Amino acid sequence: MTVTDDRPASVLGTRRLRKEDPALLTGEAKYTNDLDLPGALHLAVLRSPYAHARIISVDTSAAATSPGVVAVYSGADLADTWGAPMPSAWAVTADMKNPAHYPLASGKVCYVGDGVACVLATSDAAARDALDLIDVQYEPLPAVVDLEDALSDRVVIHEDLGTNSSYTWDLKIEGHEGQVDEAFANAAYTVRERFVQQRLIPMAMEPRAVAAVPQPFGGDMVLYSATQVPHILKVMVALTLGIPEHQMRVIAPAVGGGFGSKLDVYAEELLCVALARKHKVPVRWVEERGENTVATIHGRGQIQHVELAADADGKLTAVRIRILADMGGYQQLITAGIPILGAFLYAGVYDLPHAYDFSCTGVYTTLTPTDAYRGAGRPEATYAIERAMDVLADQMGIDPMDLRKRNFIRKEQFPYTAFTGLTYDSGDHLAAAEMAAELADYAGVRARQATQNVPGATKLLGIGQASYFEMCGLAPSRVLASLNYSAGGWEAATVRVLPTNKVQVVTGTAPHGQGHETAWSMIVADRLGISPDDVDVLHSDTAIAPLGLDTYGSRSLPVGGVAIAMACDKVIDKAKKIAAHQLEANEDDLDFVGGSFTVKGSPDRTMPLAAIAFEAFTAHNLPDGLEPNLEAQVTYDPPNFSWPFGTHICTVEIDTETGQVDVLQYVAVDDCGNQVNPLIVEGQVHGGVVQGMAQALYEEAVYDSDGTLKNASLAEYLVPAASDVPNITLGHTVTPSPTNPLGVKGIGEAGTIGSAPAVMNAVIDALSSLGVSDMPMPASPHNVWKAIQSAQQGASK
Amino acid sequence: MIPAAFDYVRAGSAAEAISLIGQHGDEAKFLAGGHSLLPLMKLRLAAPSVLVDIGRVTDLSYIRDAGDHIAIGALTRHMDVETSAVLKEHAPLLAHAASHVGDPQVRHRGTIGGSIAHADPASDLPATTLALGATYVAQGPNGTREIAATDFYQGFLESALAPDEMLTEIRVPKMGGAGWSFQKFNRRAQDWAIVGVAAWRGSNGSGVALVNMGSTPILATSVSNALAQGASVSDAAQLAAEEAEPQSDLNASPEYRVHLAKVLVRRALEEAGK
Repeated sequence: MTVTDDRPASVLGTRRLRKEDPALLTGEAKYTNDLDLPGALHLAVLRSPYAHARIISVDTSAAATSPGVVAVYSGADLADTWGAPMPSAWAVTADMKNPAHYPLASGKVCYVGDGVACVLATSDAAARDALDLIDVQYEPLPAVVDLEDALSDRVVIHEDLGTNSSYTWDLKIEGHEGQVDEAFANAAYTVRERFVQQRLIPMAMEPRAVAAVPQPFGGDMVLYSATQVPHILKVMVALTLGIPEHQMRVIAPAVGGGFGSKLDVYAEELLCVALARKHKVPVRWVEERGENTVATIHGRGQIQHVELAADADGKLTAVRIRILADMGGYQQLITAGIPILGAFLYAGVYDLPHAYDFSCTGVYTTLTPTDAYRGAGRPEATYAIERAMDVLADQMGIDPMDLRKRNFIRKEQFPYTAFTGLTYDSGDHLAAAEMAAELADYAGVRARQATQNVPGATKLLGIGQASYFEMCGLAPSRVLASLNYSAGGWEAATVRVLPTNKVQVVTGTAPHGQGHETAWSMIVADRLGISPDDVDVLHSDTAIAPLGLDTYGSRSLPVGGVAIAMACDKVIDKAKKIAAHQLEANEDDLDFVGGSFTVKGSPDRTMPLAAIAFEAFTAHNLPDGLEPNLEAQVTYDPPNFSWPFGTHICTVEIDTETGQVDVLQYVAVDDCGNQVNPLIVEGQVHGGVVQGMAQALYEEAVYDSDGTLKNASLAEYLVPAASDVPNITLGHTVTPSPTNPLGVKGIGEAGTIGSAPAVMNAVIDALSSLGVSDMPMPASPHNVWKAIQSAQQGASK
Repeated sequence: MIPAAFDYVRAGSAAEAISLIGQHGDEAKFLAGGHSLLPLMKLRLAAPSVLVDIGRVTDLSYIRDAGDHIAIGALTRHMDVETSAVLKEHAPLLAHAASHVGDPQVRHRGTIGGSIAHADPASDLPATTLALGATYVAQGPNGTREIAATDFYQGFLESALAPDEMLTEIRVPKMGGAGWSFQKFNRRAQDWAIVGVAAWRGSNGSGVALVNMGSTPILATSVSNALAQGASVSDAAQLAAEEAEPQSDLNASPEYRVHLAKVLVRRALEEAGK
C-alpha cells in the first residue's frame, strides 16, 4: 500500500513575489511628502555652517516679512516649548555624561547642520527663500574632528560636562583573575592592530519627511513621519512635548529605507508637532538631500585597538579590545549604545576561553551625531576580529581559512554558552565556510594566485573571507534591562479571522522596504491553511497597531514574525474549541490540516476554518463561555537573541598601476535558520553585501579640519550604483533556531556584517606580495595607490 | 534642493534665443539639457534671474557629413552622438566618449553643446573634441564666428563665448581611420572622470587631451610632439602631464593625477596603436 501525503505543500520557503512591490514600482505608494494636506504650512530649518560656534545673535526680522512667511523662530524663541530635551534612551553607564539637546540650538552650535532657526511659510519655496534672510552672528570656536583630539579635551565642546568623554563601558570576563594578562604573556603569537571604522552616511533613498496634523477637536495630534519607529516615536514625542500619549497618533506611511537612520527621534519631528499645536494648522517638512547628509545621523565612526593572543596552534587564548567611539555633537536616541551592541562579538565565531577584556569610551566631537546604521556595532566588531584573524594567519604563515577552522565553535558545541554568558542558539560554521570555499573555488583561486602574483605583475589577485555571527532578534527584555536600555524588546501581534475567512494581521513591526506584508502573510497562510492573498497586514499606525516596538536590529521576523505565528496558534486553539463543539468531538481527537479540522479516523467529519470563522462571528452556537469572534493577540518577548551566521568570500583583482580594485566574485553563504521567503532573503543579502562593500571600497564622510563635510552630495559621497555591483553568488545552509517555533533568525544586517571584512581581507591579500599589511577603508584607488607607494618606499629604505 | 525664483522664457530659434539673452543681460542663462545648470541652481550655487530655454530649437539637433568634417548641432543629445552611424564611421572616438557621459538618463537629456559651453574640465566631450582638433561655431547678435577648440577654454567653467553668444555647431575633422582610445578612470560608472584621456593616432599625427587635469581640458601637446619625433609610446606617455595643472580633490591628489595621466595616456596610445 502506498501512502501519499496529500496535505498542501507549505507556502513557507517559497519564492513569492512581494505584494508591496506593484505600488512601490509604479509610484502609487504614498510617502509622507506625497500626502495631500490642505492648509499645511511648510517648515524649513536654518542650519549652522560652523561645526562649533557661539550664537551671538539671531535676527529674524527680514525673514519674517518675506513673501509667504507666517513665522520665524530662533532656538531661543522656542526654548519654553520643550517639556524635556530631545530623548536619548540608552544611558550605558550610570555616570554617562549627556548634554541637554534641543530641537533648535540656542547658545552654541555643535556641528555643521545643527538647527539654529526655522521658518514657517505657505510654500516650501517661500520657506527656503526666507532662510537666506535670517541673520545669525556666530563666534566661531575650534572644531573637534579627530577622536583622539576629542579625548584629549584640548577643546571641551559641552562646557557644563567638563570633558568630551561621555562614558567608558567595560566588559572584562576572566576564568580566573589575571587570565587575560597571562594569556598575552604566554602567547605563542600576539596580534595588535588599530582599525578605523570611518563615518558613513546612511543615505536612505527617501530622505526624512514629517507632517504634523492637529485634529479639529480635543487636542489630538497625528504625526506622519518617514520613520522606522512609529511606536517609539509616539512615546517620545508625548514625553518631550507633554502631550498626553493617548492623544498622539503616529503613522509611518510608505517609508523608503532607513538602515537605522530612521530609528530615531529627530528635531524636525518635534518642531512640526510643536508648531502645528501652536499655529493650529498642519505643519510639514521634507529634508533636502544636502540636509540629509548633515542633519540625519551618521553611522560607524570608531577607532578600534584589537589585540589577540594565540597558542602555538593558532587557537585564540585571549582578546583585548579598546574602542573610541565618535558620538558627534550630541547623543541621539541610542547613540551611546551602538558600540556596546558589538561588545559581545569581538571574539567572532571562535571558541574563546573566558579571557576577554573590552572597553569602550564614547567621545563628543563637533560632527553630526552618530547612531544606528545597518548592523549597529556588530559590523564594526566583525571587521575587527576578522581582519585581525587574517593578520594572525599571516604571522603564522598559514592559510586564513585554516586558522578559522582551528578556532570555529564546533557544531556539536551548540547551544554554546559563550564567555559573555550569552548562549548561541545553533550554528555550523564549518559547513558554511566549506560551502563558501567551494562556491568561490577557494583552492583554485589560491592556485591562480601563485602563478599570477609574481614580481612585476600589474594585476594582483586576492581572496578574503569573513565568518560572522550576528546577534539579532533584538531583544530579550531582561537583557536590555541589564544593559540599562530604557525599553523592552518584545513584539506584539494580533491575528483576526474575519467572518468571510479573510485575515487581518496587526503587527508592531514597521516595515520600510523589508517586505513584511508578504512575509507575514506567508506565515499566517502556512499556519491557518489559507492563501497569502487572503491576508492583509496592518502596521505602522499607532491607532491601528497600538502595540509594538518597530523594526531594526534584524528583529522583525525572529520577534514580530514569531509573535504572529503564536497568535495564529491561539486562533487555531480557539477554532478547535468551536469545531469540537459543533462536530461533537473531543478536542484531542481533532486534526487541523489544510485549513480544516477533521475528526481522527472519520475523514467525513470535518469543519473548515471558513465555517468556524462564520460561526464565531454569528455566535449562534458556541461552546459555553467562549467569546465570539476569532481573534488572538500575542506579545512575545524572545527568551534569547537569535544568532544568524555565515561565511563570505570575496575575490578581487587589483590594478597596481591605478590602484583600482575590481571585485571578480563575491560569495555569501548565510544561515538565517528557516527561510520564510528566499526571494526576500536574497534581496536582503544582496543589499547588505553591497552596503558593506560600499564601506570597504567607496564610502566615507570626509571632514576638513574645520568640521565641514566635504562630500555632502550624492555626486561626491559615493554610494555604489547598480552598475558598480559585482555578481553575487549566494549559498545558504539552514540551521533552524531552537529558540522560536518558526526556527528563524533574521537576515536584515547579515550581508553588511560579513562583507566589509571579506572585501578588505581580499584587498590586503592581493597587496601582501607588495608588502602592504593593512590600509584604511575605503580601499579607493587613491588609497590603494598610496598604500602601495608607502609599502614600496618602506621596502626601499 | 529648491532653486531661487527665476523667470523662464522659451526660444523658438537660435536668433530668438540670442535676442532674449540680449534683452535680459548678464543675469540670463541658456537652458539646454539642464544637466549642469539645474543642479547648480538647486544648490543655489547659481541663481540666474531668467532662463532662456533653447531645448526646443530642434533645428540645432543634427549630425551631418560636411566633407572634411562632421557638423554636429549644439543641441544634439549625447545619446544621438553616441549612436550616430556617421560619427561611428568618421569620428568614432567622439561617439564612444559620448557613451561615457553620466548615465543613460543624463545622455538622453544632456546636449553636446551644453557640455562644451559649460567648459567643465571634468567633462568628457570638451577634452575629446579638443583632442580631435574641433572647431566650434558661435552665433551672436552680429552673426556667427568660428572658434578653434584650442582657443575656446579659458578657465574653470569659462569659455571664449561672449555673454550674448550661443554655441550652435561643433565641427569635428574626420579621423580618416586613425586609431583611437578613450580612457575614463572613475570610481563609479556614472561619475566624472578622476582622470580621462581622449587620444587618436594616425598617419598624419596624433592628438591627446586630458580630462580633469587642470582648470580647462588639457591638450597634451608634449606627448604628440614626442611621438612625432619618434619617441616610444611609453616614453611619450611620461610627458602626459607636462601641460597639466592638476588640482586636489576628494578622489585624488595632484601627484596621483599626474601618475594616472601617465598610465592612462600610455594605455590609450597602446590601444590607439593596435
